[in-house]
Amino acid sequence: MATLSKQDIGKILARQGILIAFAFFIIGFTLANGRFLSPDNVMGVIRSSAILGVMALGVTFVVISGNLDLSVGSMMSFSTIVVLDLHDKIGPALAIPAMFAMTLCLGAFIGFLVGYLKLNSLIVTLGMLSAIHGLTLTYSGGKNMDIADKDGTWFDVFGQGTALGIPVPILMFLALAALLGIILAKTPFGRKVYAVGGNGTAATFSGIKRARTVFLCYLMSAGCVATAGLIQASRSLGSQNTVGQGLELEVLAAVILGGASLLGGSGTIFKTVIGVLILGFIQNGLLLVGLQFYVQFVVTWIIIILAVWLDIAAKRGKLWSNIA
Amino acid sequence: MQAGKMTPFIKTGAIWAFVVLELIFFSVAGEFLSLSDKAFMDLDNMLLLLKQSAPIGIIAMGMTIIMINGNIDLSVGAIFALAAVILLDSMSWAIFAGLGDWVIPVSWALALLTGVVLGAVNGLIVWKTGVDAFIVTLGSMLGFRGLVFMYNGENPTSELNWTLVDFAEAQFLGLHTATWFLAAVTLVIWYVMTKTVHGRNAYAIGNNREAAVNAGIRVGPHMMINFMIIGFLAALSAVVFYSESGSVNPNDGQLYELWVITAVVLGGTKLTGGAGSIVGTLGGVVAIQLLRKGLGHIGADTETVNLVIGLILIAVLFLDRQLNLKGKEELKI
Repeated sequence: MATLSKQDIGKILARQGILIAFAFFIIGFTLANGRFLSPDNVMGVIRSSAILGVMALGVTFVVISGNLDLSVGSMMSFSTIVVLDLHDKIGPALAIPAMFAMTLCLGAFIGFLVGYLKLNSLIVTLGMLSAIHGLTLTYSGGKNMDIADKDGTWFDVFGQGTALGIPVPILMFLALAALLGIILAKTPFGRKVYAVGGNGTAATFSGIKRARTVFLCYLMSAGCVATAGLIQASRSLGSQNTVGQGLELEVLAAVILGGASLLGGSGTIFKTVIGVLILGFIQNGLLLVGLQFYVQFVVTWIIIILAVWLDIAAKRGKLWSNIA
Repeated sequence: MQAGKMTPFIKTGAIWAFVVLELIFFSVAGEFLSLSDKAFMDLDNMLLLLKQSAPIGIIAMGMTIIMINGNIDLSVGAIFALAAVILLDSMSWAIFAGLGDWVIPVSWALALLTGVVLGAVNGLIVWKTGVDAFIVTLGSMLGFRGLVFMYNGENPTSELNWTLVDFAEAQFLGLHTATWFLAAVTLVIWYVMTKTVHGRNAYAIGNNREAAVNAGIRVGPHMMINFMIIGFLAALSAVVFYSESGSVNPNDGQLYELWVITAVVLGGTKLTGGAGSIVGTLGGVVAIQLLRKGLGHIGADTETVNLVIGLILIAVLFLDRQLNLKGKEELKI
């Protein structure tokens, strides 16, 4: 404790490594393009990150509990299509709760499979990715969904509205982050999530209902996905069946960037928010300095691996792995 | 543990029993529901099925080694697409202009080399940094796909070489070229996994990595070779498929990892490593292709196929879980 060993310094560097890298990025982008740090641009980045961010909040719970969720992308497509369809049929006031209920059912199903039946979450959610995509296409008949009267609806407030000068998606993202952050950090349920992910067997022996905790994590994730679907639907007032395709990877990338371990037991909502913002700002910065849109895929790849590498290198106290 | 020796056999047998069941079901259901007059069990239809199994099947053989080894590779779809882009684009490169049709083997070699290099990148990162293969390949799935898009934007890359198409569409002894490739890959990988030291080491590492290290197996290089094998096979799959089609979209191969992993898991390979069989994987590949084709035959559309495949994957996982329960405490909730 008294002296700071080399290992401790490594640990601190790794913990803050992503933030340091982030700072360098910001300085670099700002030098390259003065518009980068303008309030408009910053607001724009956060706003466009909100959908990804809301989903990442839920996935953080799932990842901390030691599981994965690869189905959030196709589940988001499902929510979007359902709420747009119901909007015209039963009106927005009923469509929103109905869509939440349906999405939560999907979450409950996954939670049941992973929590109570203890099936491998990677394969279950991979299967659900395909199954929910099929469900969405069946629901929509393969057609794109559009709201009939785009001008005469208050539904667009979730995606396009502003309150107190701040876009509503940002407010929803931050409010949800605050709420879930408190739940994870300050409530008995949050402690159970960490315990289950850290050491499931020990958690079981200390009387924590592991299955129920995992189940609730998936339920929360589904709730977040439904919220993201609502924002997406409201922003565009029309959608394709594939709108969320591939998002699960970006979501997972954000959560991992934030420092949550895929093995479970670590991570915080705050760090996930940082991870989301880092992804958003880097993508935006690359665009502003004139790099091709697709280069950001490659950069994201490098950043993810660097971040995780630094993290585990600090844990083992060595840069290179112990694998012979 | 007494059941330990039986379960691999049961599993390999189970997938083929499932295949037979599908055949019977779709033949009978086809009689009532099918829109066409042709029977499902028509010889041409079955030959076509084998041909269509090839792209997924070839990659699945590599994935079996990777998963027996205790890793996973999510980047195969992106490798598939990038290899295809290199294959088709390199045919029109100016430096190869004088080659005539001899450009074909050169382009093939380039495409396969692309796959091996990308696999080596994955393997090297997993080995040297110690980052979990799941994260590494999740990242490279994104990164490699970015490379595909950087190549030609969102435009397709096309090049139709008729000599190549003739070769790809040829039938030898009644089987299509693609089927022969699948058969050859299956045979080679089966041989590697059952008869060679490399194969035995793969099981050993997947079963207990520490014990394998203590036994003197060099785990890192071994894993890297496996990633190169799957990279090679993903590229080979692209070669087989795009020789005939001649045009690749930057989004091609998306969700291939899903199909491949589904086939491998259906075939009884354990996610945790240490167990699995090539024959089982072949069964898994055929079962999935039968399902896609059969559902189409009785009038179901792609959406239903996706739904059914996903649910079957989960059901298989559940059955697998029931077969492999280690002790009673696992049953407690």
